[in-house]
Amino acid sequence: MTDADADTPDGDEGATEATEGPEPIHGAPVTEHRGHRTAHVARDGLLDLVKALRDEGWLMLLDVTAVDQLTNANRAPLPEGVAPERFELHVLLMSHREASRLTLKVQVPEDDPTVPSLFALHPGAEALEREVFDMFGIGFDGHPDLTRILMPEDWEGHPLRKDYAVGRIPVQFKGDPGPR
Amino acid sequence: MTTTDIHEKGVALTSEGAQELQPRDIAGGTEVLREMGCVLRLSEAEVAALGDVDDDDATTTIMNMGPQHPSTHGVLRLMLELDGEEVLRTKPVVGYLHTGMEKTGEQLTYLQGPTNVTRMDYAAPLFNELVFSLATEKLLGIEVPERATWIRMLLCELNRLSSHLLFIATNGMDVGAVSMMIYGWREREETLRVLELITGLRMNHNFIRPGGVAADLPEGWQAAVRNLLDTVPARLDEYEVLLTDQPVYQERLQGVGVITTEECIALGLTGPILRSTGYAWDLRRDVPYLAYDEVDFDVVVGSYGDCFDRYSIRLAEARESMRIIAQILDRLPAGDYRVQDKKVTPPPRARIDESMEALIHHFKIFTEGFKVPAGEAYAAVESPRGELGCLLVSDGSAKPYRMRVRGPSFMNVQALPHMMHGGLIADGVAIISSADPIMGEVDR
Amino acid sequence: MGWDLDDGLAGLDHNVLTGRVEDLVRWARKSSLMPATFGLACCAIEMMGAGGAHYDLARFGMEVFRASPRQADLMIVAGRVSQKMAPVLRQVYDQMMEPKWVISMGVCASSGGMFNNYAIVQGVDQIVPVDVYAPGCPPGPETLIHAINTLHGKILTGEILRRRDETGAGAEIHIEQRDGQSEPVVLAGRD
Repeated sequence: MTDADADTPDGDEGATEATEGPEPIHGAPVTEHRGHRTAHVARDGLLDLVKALRDEGWLMLLDVTAVDQLTNANRAPLPEGVAPERFELHVLLMSHREASRLTLKVQVPEDDPTVPSLFALHPGAEALEREVFDMFGIGFDGHPDLTRILMPEDWEGHPLRKDYAVGRIPVQFKGDPGPR
Repeated sequence: MTTTDIHEKGVALTSEGAQELQPRDIAGGTEVLREMGCVLRLSEAEVAALGDVDDDDATTTIMNMGPQHPSTHGVLRLMLELDGEEVLRTKPVVGYLHTGMEKTGEQLTYLQGPTNVTRMDYAAPLFNELVFSLATEKLLGIEVPERATWIRMLLCELNRLSSHLLFIATNGMDVGAVSMMIYGWREREETLRVLELITGLRMNHNFIRPGGVAADLPEGWQAAVRNLLDTVPARLDEYEVLLTDQPVYQERLQGVGVITTEECIALGLTGPILRSTGYAWDLRRDVPYLAYDEVDFDVVVGSYGDCFDRYSIRLAEARESMRIIAQILDRLPAGDYRVQDKKVTPPPRARIDESMEALIHHFKIFTEGFKVPAGEAYAAVESPRGELGCLLVSDGSAKPYRMRVRGPSFMNVQALPHMMHGGLIADGVAIISSADPIMGEVDR
Repeated sequence: MGWDLDDGLAGLDHNVLTGRVEDLVRWARKSSLMPATFGLACCAIEMMGAGGAHYDLARFGMEVFRASPRQADLMIVAGRVSQKMAPVLRQVYDQMMEPKWVISMGVCASSGGMFNNYAIVQGVDQIVPVDVYAPGCPPGPETLIHAINTLHGKILTGEILRRRDETGAGAEIHIEQRDGQSEPVVLAGRD
């Protein structure tokens, strides 16, 4: 892998500034924050990017998760050309040869929350994608068994979405019954 | 069972008839699973409907194991497709311990965060606290004092020791050596006593907090730890006699639950399962955190990828942990046990009576919490089960916007069908035990 | 006393104990309670610790944890009960045969604990009648033993079952947390 990733980031101040410098990875723009690189890719380019990375040695898929950016006032900045959507899918890959990690971020719109599934490339994504589906309602095309994994199968709603209440019951003597 | 056997059996069992074996890509998902046919994919409604079917010609049975079961290590449910006593395909059903911890994490401040995450992997709680604190400190951009780092390392290695003792105890019991439960717990009590001396609690300590640790080491800790280091090695030797050298134990575990390196990497497994296949990957050595690059220890690997290797690896890792603890005993530096940054650390309790400012400061930190700059951070540590990671997304307020904990047992449970394929049900029990899943971190 | 074999039954009236069958039955029930394994989360680890050598539930006749609910008397709900697990819990409770008792171990089982959210049933007494609530997160083995002894005391008096017949509710006894009271003792090794 020939990316020069030793670009010193422009300082740790200004977490809201994306540093310029990191080279794009296979065409996907890269931002760096506190030493960790994130490549931003569109939904249709995800599978190709993951396959290309896998061929270069990013063999291990550590995590697939999502963030619902509905109420985030200070969202991490996106590079030019990447339109922010409600859901951000994070795919965390690891290369053992280089002992480093890389996050791929995919913007997923609210009205059409589907992404291609990584199952064919990384079978370990099966349970991770089921969890993202269960908690956020993001569908994965090509997943062999996309059913709920943590909540009961007939549960309605996707708990980790920001518009899903935490489900507290009122408790005596606990102040602040507010928007928790 | 060799890999070729698995392939041959797998091919015969798929519904697509005999297939040509293509040269297999090392991480190709569909090929791995199509050939092997290990994972059962049926929803619960479908399984319930099967009960009404009256089919005398059926040769396979689908049986349910758990969630309330003495050998499933917590509330794991396995749907087994059996041909007699032989396990063909499996579906692990999880979610019986889902606690909504990630949602609760968004309601608690960063200082309260460790109380929540510590209950995920409840056999090794300090690791969860550590990874959460490391991610928070990355977001805050603060550096923890050296003494705090070494104290954290000491506590984590003590916790690794107690977690591996729990594993050895339950592994022995699951395989039939029921007295192992008593012996393992005897040693574990000694370790928990040291942890209670230092942290105040036997479990779910909430001791490693963003900024350092909650309190300094008390007097007498060196004697307690030295006592532990004197008594435990001899007891581990007893386990070698009771378990490792016993032909029955060896028969039960050797060659059972074999998994290969390719499968591990394809499935995202880490920890002792990956190391049992001969692949030497340990975050403490390869992506060092805390002060692991300054202490000497060996990374233990197996050769066969079977249950016996995983047992031996954990036993050896327990010894390595004691080696690290001995080095920490000699080299623990003096200094602060917590970063002295006023924004993050509450003032010492004695000062609250004296100074109004200290009182307000204490009050604000414990009620409102300290604000963390916006951003994202991922930190990972090597827990006794594999890579434990924590992703924190902050929006600039005092509570995490999104807290995600990547529990290694979540991935390890996915490997169970592959390890159990072709074995007997009793082997299945040994395999679950050797994967050492903790359902708290699977379901969160 | 000087009772001789040749005296026969005549000498026995000093050596006979009389009592009620009810008392004998209650004593037998409390001395050999068989807990069902219902360890769910962290409390299960402490429950296993209570069964271990240092805290030793065997002194109370309870080291035999029966996996099958048909053979168990006592259900110690050790850990947090999630929405998915609740029907399973009720089914296992129903499979147990009378007389049966329930100890709710830990704050998560007693009231939902620190997890006041969508995923956790806020107290296992929403599902089964509870006889003793043991607080703690997790309650140490000492607290669990205190809970068990409290239950034993109540079994001996027979009150619980009488009340259960009338109202269907459990005894709902709240006990105090009792950890950290014993002086640690290092167990001697074999050499």
